[in-house]
Amino acid sequence: MFDWLDQASAWFVFDTLGIASKSHFGVALHFFIYDTIKILLLLLSIIYIVTLVRSYFPVEKARAYISGKHKVTGHVLAAVFGVITPFCSCSAIPLFLGFLQARIPLGVTFSYLISAPLSDAVVIALLLSFFGWKIALLYVGIGLIIAIIAGLIIGAMNLESEVLIEVKPLDHVEYEEQELLFKHRLHEAWEYTLDIFKKIYLYVFIGVGIGAFIHGYVPAEFISKYAGGDAWYAPLIAVVMGIPMYSSASGILPLVEVLTDKGMLLGTALSFMMAVVALSLPEALILKRVLSWKLIGIFFGVVGFGILLTGYLFNIIL
Amino acid sequence: MKLEVLGTGCAKCKTLEEVAKEAVAKFGGFHEVKKVDDIMDIMNYGVMSTPALAIDGKVVSSGRSLSVDEVLEYMKGARS
Repeated sequence: MFDWLDQASAWFVFDTLGIASKSHFGVALHFFIYDTIKILLLLLSIIYIVTLVRSYFPVEKARAYISGKHKVTGHVLAAVFGVITPFCSCSAIPLFLGFLQARIPLGVTFSYLISAPLSDAVVIALLLSFFGWKIALLYVGIGLIIAIIAGLIIGAMNLESEVLIEVKPLDHVEYEEQELLFKHRLHEAWEYTLDIFKKIYLYVFIGVGIGAFIHGYVPAEFISKYAGGDAWYAPLIAVVMGIPMYSSASGILPLVEVLTDKGMLLGTALSFMMAVVALSLPEALILKRVLSWKLIGIFFGVVGFGILLTGYLFNIIL
Repeated sequence: MKLEVLGTGCAKCKTLEEVAKEAVAKFGGFHEVKKVDDIMDIMNYGVMSTPALAIDGKVVSSGRSLSVDEVLEYMKGARS
């Protein structure tokens, strides 16, 4: 799909600039130009499409739909809606309270709250760009399973008393479709895409820059020896390192791509990405306003453990 | 008319408040613009994604920032 870009970049670096195609610098520069343009194009178009599609599935609609469903069905629905509704960690609280208000069980609410950030538009866009649709689909699938199971576990622990705000249940949750012209949706999605783009492009540049350096200068044996290729503790380190990183997810993925290219196992890479997006300290601090530390701790523990298992599982089977 | 901007203080919520005021000025006549930032109050509107706009107690838009023209359209819609 991007052969033309590969050739254009090669033509520019090797023919126009006259840099030897075998030199480290030539390889790194060619990779940098090719990769940044490719990623920026893919990011813009994928985020745009995902945002546009999601504008048809507002979370209020999801809530009305999940409310009153059987518990297990509720978990599955909540996780699926987490993927298709728009979500931003800044709205985690109204969302959390809104679900409880509609008498949706705590565990089901968590299924949604785990699934939504995991399948963030940016993450899906980056995964598609770097690893192709198979891995992206696999990632979304595992994300769903983790969200459903973790939600079931949290639901079974009877932690309702750990919610610090008393929520008055609504008797009747309904959703009224807001009329929205298609051109408004297009415009809105574009604004949103630009917004996100402005926030992440610098990280992408830096990430790809470092990636290009590794691509051109660092031999594969070095990575698999020191970045822990198949060491048993690699996924564990990946998860622990992933938690404090958040806004930089977009800069880390380009690096992960190069590292897997050079021998890091895919399971480790996947668990790292999941930890980066699903468990973030800023989100914990936001949730602190309505949840006790105990509940937040359990939430992080259960999800972290699920991600870790995923890492090991994939290192073994892939 | 009474325009209520629902939002807990995100950047977009402040923008929407400004936009609503501008729309009211353009629309003419006396209309109130009120900012609702208490989370429990917002929940009572059944809104989970902010910023949202309610006109005379009815939510017309949620989870989106609006342009002045869009708010004007909603105001016209609410009047008729």
